[in-house]
Amino acid sequence: MTDPILTLSGITKTFPGVVALDKVSFDVRPGEVHALVGENGAGKSTLMKVLAGLYHPDAGEILYQGAPVRIDNPLAAREKGILLIHQELSLSPELSVAENIYLGAWPTNALGVLNKRKLRRDTQAALDALGCTFGPDDRVGTLSVAMQQMVEIARSQAFSANVVIFDEPTASLTDTEKDQLFTTIRALQAQGVGIVYISHKMDEIFELTDRITVLRDGVVQGTVDTKNTDAIAITRMMIGRTLEAYFHKANSTFGDEVLRVDGLSLKGQFEDVSFSVRQGEVLGFYGLVGAGRSEVVETLFGIRTADRGRLHWEGAEMPLPTPRHAIDLGIALVPESRKEQGLVLMMGGQDNTTLPHLNSYARATVMDRRRERATFDTYRDALSIKTTGPEQAVSTLSGGNQQKFVLAKWLCAGPKLIILDEPTRGIDVGSKSAIHELIAKLAEDGLAVIVISSEMPEVLGVSHRVLAMAEGRLVGEFEGDAMTEENLIDAVSHHLAKPAAE
Amino acid sequence: MSVTPFPTRSAVAGLLMRNHIWVFLALTIVVFSSTSPYFLTFNNLGNVLTQAAFIGILAIGMTMVMINGEIDLSVGAILALASALAIGLQDHIGIWPAVFVGFLSGAALGFLNGTLVALSGMHSFIVTLGGLIGIRGLVFIYTGENALMVSDFSYTDYPEIYLGPISLTAMIFLGLAVLFQWILSSTRHGRETYAVGDNIEAAHDAGINIKRHKVINFTICGALAAVAGILLSMRLGTAEPNAGKVWELWTIIAVVLGGTRLKGGYGSMWMTIGGVLTLAVLRNGLRLLNTPNYVELMVMGSVLILALVIDKLLSQREA
Repeated sequence: MTDPILTLSGITKTFPGVVALDKVSFDVRPGEVHALVGENGAGKSTLMKVLAGLYHPDAGEILYQGAPVRIDNPLAAREKGILLIHQELSLSPELSVAENIYLGAWPTNALGVLNKRKLRRDTQAALDALGCTFGPDDRVGTLSVAMQQMVEIARSQAFSANVVIFDEPTASLTDTEKDQLFTTIRALQAQGVGIVYISHKMDEIFELTDRITVLRDGVVQGTVDTKNTDAIAITRMMIGRTLEAYFHKANSTFGDEVLRVDGLSLKGQFEDVSFSVRQGEVLGFYGLVGAGRSEVVETLFGIRTADRGRLHWEGAEMPLPTPRHAIDLGIALVPESRKEQGLVLMMGGQDNTTLPHLNSYARATVMDRRRERATFDTYRDALSIKTTGPEQAVSTLSGGNQQKFVLAKWLCAGPKLIILDEPTRGIDVGSKSAIHELIAKLAEDGLAVIVISSEMPEVLGVSHRVLAMAEGRLVGEFEGDAMTEENLIDAVSHHLAKPAAE
Repeated sequence: MSVTPFPTRSAVAGLLMRNHIWVFLALTIVVFSSTSPYFLTFNNLGNVLTQAAFIGILAIGMTMVMINGEIDLSVGAILALASALAIGLQDHIGIWPAVFVGFLSGAALGFLNGTLVALSGMHSFIVTLGGLIGIRGLVFIYTGENALMVSDFSYTDYPEIYLGPISLTAMIFLGLAVLFQWILSSTRHGRETYAVGDNIEAAHDAGINIKRHKVINFTICGALAAVAGILLSMRLGTAEPNAGKVWELWTIIAVVLGGTRLKGGYGSMWMTIGGVLTLAVLRNGLRLLNTPNYVELMVMGSVLILALVIDKLLSQREA
């Protein structure tokens, strides 16, 4: 094999409280497609930002064509021929294709007057090299997402890039657009460009790449040749095993069916999902990121509208809900991103708790502060939330305590079904077990609970029954003794290994 | 722009959508022409242009700042300060040095605004709101709360140069608009101003010096406010401490009416001229019809909201 263009060795990057990258070594050879895989939070984006000059590593060395270099800023990365194709495209929609490609490096004369002819000619050459159908003068905002992506890729021609990093490039592309993208990537490969390909999709990785590097918790689990491995092995490396923790499983008796879902489908998100949940039951949803778990529960809550499918609430058929309707029925959804969807950060804990239910705390629109305070005290004691008082802004609380307020907010409405999407992500171990105990207590009180989690021990530990999802489909249901890590990994990875089965 | 011999219908529609202010201006001209016999005369139209020029020159600078994604509320106060300095210093240092000091004061305050915005990371709304209050205070201190009068009345003759019905003031306004449109469309600074206003992260990642562009544009905006102030002092022969009060609002209204986006990244001098002229034509036409002042304000407020609603609808259809 040829010498690598770019070699990272012993790269370490820490953020307050987290080691994002721990002595990571990684290299890219000319003309290869090198996949970088790992679960969310594994350190892929941090590594990528180090390569693109957005983060500076605390320790370690970067060798570019054999010589040690520093990549201080994005411009330095570009001058060295390292190009990052962002997942959220980084373009100015009001500027032309040509201006976007050469952004920050426009040809000018000594007085700063643009040489538009040269700009257009150079751009046309870059677009021709990739076989693009749009012209240098087209406004980027009028192009499709796939074309905008090509504009970013065209920078590789304009700046003679040696290394191109793709961050989940197919996330918003159709199948045809994906095929075109792959053709382009192979063309770059043929030019001798080294390509780093970040993706969650196993079929793409096995179709396109030569080598695969797996990251987990900021540590490289291994680099393997794609032709010597399979999706099951890679999935195992990604998921791995974490320490067994103590989990408190609800000791509850199951009552009547609360919700039944039949054949729920939403194009591009999930397909033919059917399940039911009973009073007192904790139903777990397991799957990798992008499997469609969050999308399913958002549909139950009315945030998304399904194309097909029927819902039964307490035995009677119900129409697809709106969020207001869902709240009135007694469904509570505790979302994954609590900062964006769950809490008003500048408000105190008390106001956050009562926010969705202000009607029931008001007499003729005047708030009953005393009753609000009583509710706050009840939940602060019940959930043992550490806060200085009802007025302390929740932005100043720890992640675990914030999450407890999100729970309090939905619990004080007295729901019959509560859906928790990644309830313990990003919170400390102590708060985690407090939340696990709370889940058990809710079920023992007769609530139906749905827990979504990417952490296998958690989902196995708290649930009575687990559904496995992969690529928008239910791929397994496990109960009792069948609830093992082996079975879950098998269900998920076997599905990912045979994408043609769709 | 690519040259197409036969523009398609959608291209024409797109052009109209992006320049709706000129359609709107044409409509108001048609309406006033049919309701007032005095409206569509050379002299009156020349007058409209001269009246429009002061807000117009402020609006040119404001357009630069707004495309950059910022706002400048201090232009009215800078105008008053430049006008007071240009008149007040004449007896001590002569006419042209006084005018030059007036101009420099505007450029310097604009530079200060830009530097504060770029270095502090505070929103320009807050920074220039401080400027608006502080600079106006400075004007009151300098003028002693009285209007300053010129002693040499030849000073008021300079703007009385006419090319047909078009005054020197109007010519300066149009000339500056052409110059800055060229800067916007053909220089690196101009295009990078769009890039920064449109997607600041992308601009930063591409190595563009964002702070430098902001400082330059605020300096331009302050300098042009001073130019407007000097022209106003020539026209009136006095400098009122209250000159240009709430003009920053009329300026922002004119720019937004033209179609330049408040959050940056989109706009042009052509649009701004359209917005400025529309406001001036409305005001002139309503006065010719002897509309009471308060009705005039109500009509102009309604027109602004209507124009913005149309803009919103058009941009939604385009997207």
